[in-house]
Amino acid sequence: MSPTSGRTRGERTAELLLAGAAAVSAAAVLGILVFLAILAAPAWQGAAHVFTWDWRPFHGHYGILPMVVGSLLLALTALLLALPVAIGIAAFAHGLGPRRLARIVLAAVHAMTGIPTIVYAFVSAMLLVPFVREVFVHGSGYSLLSAALVLSVLILPTIVLVVHAHWHSMGKELERTCAALGIPRGRAVLRVLLPLSRRGLLTAAVLGFARALGDTMIALLLSGNAAQVPGSALDGFRTLTAHIALVVATDTQDAAYASIFAAGLILLLVAAAASLTARRLGAGNGRTEAARAAPR
Amino acid sequence: MSCVRTTSLLLVVLALAACGSDKRAGPAPSPDLLPFEGLEGTLDIAGGTAHIPVMEEAAKRIMTAFPRIRITVGGGGSGIGIQKVGEGLIDIGNAGRPVKAKEQAKFELTSYPFAIDGVAVVVHPSNSVRELTTQQARDAFAGKITNWKDLGGADAEIHLYGRDEASGTRAVFWKKLLAKGAVATSANVVKSNGAMKTAISKDEHGLGYMSIGRIDDTLAAVGLDGVAATQETATDGTYVVTRRLFMNTRGKPSELAQAFIDYIGSPEGRAIVAAQGYIPLATP
Repeated sequence: MSPTSGRTRGERTAELLLAGAAAVSAAAVLGILVFLAILAAPAWQGAAHVFTWDWRPFHGHYGILPMVVGSLLLALTALLLALPVAIGIAAFAHGLGPRRLARIVLAAVHAMTGIPTIVYAFVSAMLLVPFVREVFVHGSGYSLLSAALVLSVLILPTIVLVVHAHWHSMGKELERTCAALGIPRGRAVLRVLLPLSRRGLLTAAVLGFARALGDTMIALLLSGNAAQVPGSALDGFRTLTAHIALVVATDTQDAAYASIFAAGLILLLVAAAASLTARRLGAGNGRTEAARAAPR
Repeated sequence: MSCVRTTSLLLVVLALAACGSDKRAGPAPSPDLLPFEGLEGTLDIAGGTAHIPVMEEAAKRIMTAFPRIRITVGGGGSGIGIQKVGEGLIDIGNAGRPVKAKEQAKFELTSYPFAIDGVAVVVHPSNSVRELTTQQARDAFAGKITNWKDLGGADAEIHLYGRDEASGTRAVFWKKLLAKGAVATSANVVKSNGAMKTAISKDEHGLGYMSIGRIDDTLAAVGLDGVAATQETATDGTYVVTRRLFMNTRGKPSELAQAFIDYIGSPEGRAIVAAQGYIPLATP
C-alpha cells in the first residue's frame, strides 16, 4: 500500500471512527436524559410531593428540595473556599514564586488529581469529623463545614490546572510585552494577567463547581445525610448524590425510590447547565487565545 | 463500600481455602456438610448487613470442605437483598424484615427465617446512661429531648444517628420501639450496622441503634424499661425489640442454595448463628 493513499484511507477510517464515537457518546447522554425523565414519571405525577421541603418517606412525605439546597450549598461553599486558594497557587506557579518551587507545587497539584474521593472522605471521617465535633462543641461533626472543607481540597487541582492552562495559553507574547515595559514578573501576574483572564477564571470556577456537585462519597460520609436544610455550618444535611446512594437500596415499588430519578435528573440538568456555561465562556472571542484555555 | 470490602475479603479467603484443601483433601467434613458432596458451582449471597458474619462463617466452612463450591457474600441492606434476588442477580437475598406485600407481588419469593435478632439502643462506652424508658427513647429519637442530662447523663448535646431508608434494622426499630413515631430530621444517617458501630464508638455523645448480634465492647447497649438488651432477654421474650432474620430465594431454590439453607438450619449452622450473637431458629 502506497504511503499517500494509505494515509488518506487511514485518515478517513479514523474520521469515521471518531465520528461514530462522538455519535455514540451524544446518544448515550441523550438516552440517559430520556431514560431518567421516563423513570422519574411516577415522581412527576406526584411533583407536588417531590418538590416539597419534607423528606419523611415513612410518613408519606417525599420532598427532595432540602437535598437540592444541600447540593448547591455544599458545591458553592467548596468553590468559595477553593477558588482563592487555587488562584493563589496558580499565580505562585506562574511567576510569583521561585521557578523551581513552582514546578514542585505544580507537580503536587497534578498528583492530587489522582487521589480517589473515597480516600479523602474516609480519612476525613476518621480525623476531621471528631476534630470539628470537639472544637465547635455544637453538633456531631458531620456537617457542612467538614464536607465543604474536604470537597474544596478535592476540586482544588481542577481549578488550579484550568487557570494554569489558561494563563499558559495567554502566552509568551504577553510576557514579553510586560518584560519590555519593565514590569516585574510578579506584578505582571497581579496587574496584567489576572485582570485579563476573568473569562478563564470563570471557566475554571464553573468546572470546579460541576466537579463538586457531582461528588458522592465526600457528601455521603461527611455530611451526616440528615434530610434538612442546614441552619448553620455545623449542621448535618444531605446532597442529591448522597440521597441517590442511600435510597437506591430501597424497594423499587416504593415512592421513595422514584424520587432518586428526579434527583438524578436535577443533577444532570444542573451539571449540563454548568458545562454549557463553561463552554460558552471558554469559546468566546477574546483578545487573547482564551479559546485554547478551555480544555473540553 | 462495606459490601465490596466483604466480597474481596471473601475472595481472598476463598483462594486460600481452595489451595489449602487441595493438599489435604483428607479430613472428613462434619456430617452437616455432607449434603454438599458432589455439588459445585457459585452461590451469590447479598443483602442485610446483620447477616454478613453468619453467612461468611458458613461460606468459609463450606468452601474449605468443598473447594469446587464458590460462595460470595455481599451487603447492601435488606432492600437490596430482596431486590437483587427478585431480579435473579443473586441466589440468596438476605433481609432483616419480612418481604413486603408489594415486593412479594412483584417477585414471588420464598422466605426462610433462620434467626432472631434484637435491635438495641447503643451509646459510647464512656456514656453513663445505660437505661432508658421506652418513652425517653422515643422522645430522644424524635428530637424532643436534646441533652444527655435530661436522660440522667452528662450535660452534653445528644448526637442522633439513624439508619438509611432501606435498612431492616431501621424498620424494626421504628415499628417496635418508636411505634412508627417521628424521627428527628436532624439525625445523621449511616448506611450499615458496621457504619453505625464506627460512628457511635467514636462519638462520646452519640445515640444510635443496631443489631444486638454485632455489638461488641467498642460500644454499649442501653436497657429498656428495666430489661437489658441481650441475646438472653431477646430469647426469652422479655426484650421486645426483636426481629427475624430471613434468607430469601426466588421461587424454588437451586440445589446448592437449598443445601446452604439446610446447612444454616443444621446443628452446625445454628451453632454458627449463636456464636455470631444471634438466636438460631429451629428450622429455616
